[in-house]
Amino acid sequence: MPSSVMPTSKRGDGPQPSATTPAAVTAVGLRKSYGDKTVLDGIDLRIPAGSVFALLGPNGAGKTTAVKILSTLITADGGQAQVAGHDLATDPQAVRAAIGVTGQFSAVDGLITGEENMLLMADLHHLSRREGRRTAAELLARFDLTDAARKPASTYSGGMKRRLDIAMTLVGDPRVIFLDEPTTGLDPRSRHNMWQIIRELVTGGVTVFLTTQYLEEADELADRIAVLNDGRIAAEGTAEELKRLVPGGHVRLRFSDPAAYRSAASALREVTADDEALTLQIPSGGSQRELRSLLDGLDAAGIEADELTVHTPDLDDVFFALTGGTGRTDKKGTTVR
Amino acid sequence: MSSLSLAVRDSSTMLRRNLLHARRYPSLTLNLLLTPIMMLLLFVYIFGDVMSAGMGGGADRSAYIAYVVPGILMMTIGGTVVGTAVSVSNDMTEGIIARFRTMAIHRGSVLVGHVVGSVIQSVASVVLVGLVAVAIGFRSTDATALEWLAAFGLMALVALALTWIAVGMGMVSPNVEAASNNALPLIVLPLISSAFVPVDAMPGWFRPIAEYQPFTPAIETLRGLLLGTEIGHNGWLAVAWCLALSALGYFWSKAVFDRDPK
Repeated sequence: MPSSVMPTSKRGDGPQPSATTPAAVTAVGLRKSYGDKTVLDGIDLRIPAGSVFALLGPNGAGKTTAVKILSTLITADGGQAQVAGHDLATDPQAVRAAIGVTGQFSAVDGLITGEENMLLMADLHHLSRREGRRTAAELLARFDLTDAARKPASTYSGGMKRRLDIAMTLVGDPRVIFLDEPTTGLDPRSRHNMWQIIRELVTGGVTVFLTTQYLEEADELADRIAVLNDGRIAAEGTAEELKRLVPGGHVRLRFSDPAAYRSAASALREVTADDEALTLQIPSGGSQRELRSLLDGLDAAGIEADELTVHTPDLDDVFFALTGGTGRTDKKGTTVR
Repeated sequence: MSSLSLAVRDSSTMLRRNLLHARRYPSLTLNLLLTPIMMLLLFVYIFGDVMSAGMGGGADRSAYIAYVVPGILMMTIGGTVVGTAVSVSNDMTEGIIARFRTMAIHRGSVLVGHVVGSVIQSVASVVLVGLVAVAIGFRSTDATALEWLAAFGLMALVALALTWIAVGMGMVSPNVEAASNNALPLIVLPLISSAFVPVDAMPGWFRPIAEYQPFTPAIETLRGLLLGTEIGHNGWLAVAWCLALSALGYFWSKAVFDRDPK
């Protein structure tokens, strides 16, 4: 069962390296339901200040609801939480003063220009006129929006809107930043740009709480990852710890020559054979060493496979593992010829 | 920063945002001005002679111009705030409102910005329609500076009251179409008030409805101020209506805004 695979973080006890650093976000038993549909069913979190935390989960897992509660947009039905040292329920205004939020849907004012959006934020953070102009110009330049600054935000592309959105969030130097699926809907280049932006934020000492559907993204960015499934945290840990939970890593060999297939099946150990498709699956973490020993074995036996695919665990595998389902066949793999 | 100065500062920021919208996209405001101006021209130039004769003013339509203009001005306010309901509803569907909710700003400033912006637009619209009225021959009858001031004060108060109601209508409307439908009473009520014909000329069973709905006392008070007709109890009634509608609209809008967004 999920919780027995890896206990979720408990405050105070357990040998966590981060237990001594101050927490930017803590939550105990957060619950939320809409009608009789339970969206969050008791969430515990502890996010050390200055780290990146990823909440990973499929659509409908409750990621957005968690962000909405922690960013004071909606109230929880139960449980309690502190953000930047302030209680959500008793002092939401202090929480708001410390956070920046970029939601899943564009939170820019499309009717006014990018620059006007930035100045609006500066005014709402009560910056002086000069300071506001300076901050707006700096952030617009940093997010590569200077050329588009005088155009209405509604004319921006998806990537530009997302960049403006984040630039607006950064006015007022928030200490804790919530990013709800920051790269969903972005093309690969914009996505990598966004990752770069997030890395730079963390260098500046802020805490980033992001949600994502992609293990790869969490892997790239996050110090710790929690997997949210059906309103509960199914597992929590570093990317490496999570991947270790998943038995899905293997190498797959495909043959067109039945004779080569048979001799490979007998030469290799621990193989799962599929006689009809003429494929062999060998459990493997995909490391260079493991691959070399496999290839050496094939070479020694004089066998040549038509195709070799390395399958690495992804979010689906993590989910199947954590929810006790069965594994699945190759959908995503890296092909080596 | 004290909470009052925070409220004032954030509200004026929100007001600037709304005025910027209105300036950038004036078509909605201008479209809403067309209805009262067309009604004014229609009733003066097409129906004017008949109306004037029917009211005992002779075949000269100038008497009817004087009668209908205060009604048209109130109708202008009703029409302008329909635009408010639409723009509030539109605004609430935008992601930026969610952003405002997660910022340490005065919570009511979003609504106050809309309200003040809408009152300013209403007064500007009234002035524009008023200029058209003067151009076609409307003149006040010896109104003093104080009466002019009171007339503007009354129209601003009516605009405030109707705006708060319109904001509430906009808040509960899931989309722009619903908002403009929900705000329809603000267009229809002037038509069944004393704007175009005196209440006395209406069927007996209908008179109480026409006489005590919010527009009639306001129109009669405005007539009294500009044309020297009898105001009577209409003055108090108009102020009472305005205060009651403002309070109702304020608490309604605030309650809806303070709810968790979906």
